[in-house]
Amino acid sequence: MRHLLSTRELDREAAIALLDVAEDMAAVQEREVKKLPTLRGKTVVNLFFEDSTRTRISFEAAAKRLSADVINFSAKGSSVSKGESLKDTAQTLQAMGADGVVIRHHASGAPHTLATSGWIDAGVVNAGDGTHEHPTQALLDAFTIRSRLHGAASRGRGLDGVRVLIVGDILHSRVARSNVWLLTTLGAEVELVAPPTLVPVDMTAWPARVGYDLDDALAARPDVVMMLRIQAERMHAAFFPNSREYARTWGLDDARFDRLPPTTMVMHPGPMNRGLEIAARAADSPQSTVREQVANGVSVRMAALYLLLSGERGEA
Amino acid sequence: MARAVLNQADITRALTRISHEILESNRGSSDLVLLGIPTRGVALARRIAETLARIEPDAPPALAGSLDVTMYRDDLGRTRTRTPAPTEVPPGGIDGKTVVLVDDVLYSGRTIRAAFDALADLGRARAVRLAVLVDRGHREFPIRADFVGKNLPSSTRERINVRLAEIDGDDSVTIGGGEG
Repeated sequence: MRHLLSTRELDREAAIALLDVAEDMAAVQEREVKKLPTLRGKTVVNLFFEDSTRTRISFEAAAKRLSADVINFSAKGSSVSKGESLKDTAQTLQAMGADGVVIRHHASGAPHTLATSGWIDAGVVNAGDGTHEHPTQALLDAFTIRSRLHGAASRGRGLDGVRVLIVGDILHSRVARSNVWLLTTLGAEVELVAPPTLVPVDMTAWPARVGYDLDDALAARPDVVMMLRIQAERMHAAFFPNSREYARTWGLDDARFDRLPPTTMVMHPGPMNRGLEIAARAADSPQSTVREQVANGVSVRMAALYLLLSGERGEA
Repeated sequence: MARAVLNQADITRALTRISHEILESNRGSSDLVLLGIPTRGVALARRIAETLARIEPDAPPALAGSLDVTMYRDDLGRTRTRTPAPTEVPPGGIDGKTVVLVDDVLYSGRTIRAAFDALADLGRARAVRLAVLVDRGHREFPIRADFVGKNLPSSTRERINVRLAEIDGDDSVTIGGGEG
């Protein structure tokens, strides 16, 4: 693997191979010595043009546990706020000898530009670009579902026949996009539920069903319910009347949570708006995978960095 | 053409002898851990553990495990990306134990060097020993095996091909010409 830019381009075999490597990385997290010497001497730059704590520290932990050197570069208070272009930033990183760049950018497609422009030789990992994709989040979600379902026997398996319901702001969610592509590639059936105002205009190319009624969708007893965050920073129009109405119509409140079968997993990519899209009781229940998702995030990102940065350079 | 070096019976006899030698040098099966190096070392370690249990019926169960060295190799940047395999240490860990590393072929010694690093991250073994089915020479590190199934002087152009029933369907060791 040269870059990890989207889950749409991942085939089933490559996705399962990455999840299997992540299983080995997860085993390392349980040891007393949680570090591997694998990427010693490599430099990973976390290039964050958008605020993020969780994703950045997850990538930072992943790179450090593989013994890579980590440089954190955030746009605030940097040369970017003085007007430096992505190209100049990339060439600076190239001159510093970056082997891998983890990029989060507010513009969809920025990681693709960085990977294909020839400005930089480093492997590029998309850590979220605009409203496009967030591939490592989808991979850690798939990993979490797989290990809840199959435990120690997860290796080599897909998610065939697993029914996943994704609820919330589909329009702005890169997490939803990455998950739709990855989960269907792995064999799962994905259904989306959202306010009609928060669904993209043309969904014909998406391999997922779209509904508008959460109670109907929950009555079908899905195996996984994934609640998306209402991203206040992207609510630039009147997508729904107010947050209380959203919680009542599209939130996983106590009443809806109680009607779910006890085997249904409740997922959330974090950070959660408790009481808005997810009730505290659902978020803290044994069915919730929220904390596992965080732990698995480090394992999956270690796997991605390993696959990107080991092996001969220039390999396809 | 590939030439047969060991057949199934030879392999079984070699592993039985190695099992006896391990018991003799360890003075029994207490505080013993057998860690096979993936892929074929794991199957060999399991076979040795089964043989040990037959020789000494009071041997502790679950002596065998696996030790993946992929992430500790010194050639990660020089070859295609390698896929790691699981590491499974028997319950009780390796602290204070005598660890016998088990592999199919001992060649440059680089895999075993990586195994030392991997082992150090798992704990502190009292002693580390090495058992191999075939020692083909050409060491690049000061490493030697304590228990050897067969010494097989070879040319670097030749290929040693170990097949084990658990992985390949049958047991054999063959040596082939440089055309590989």
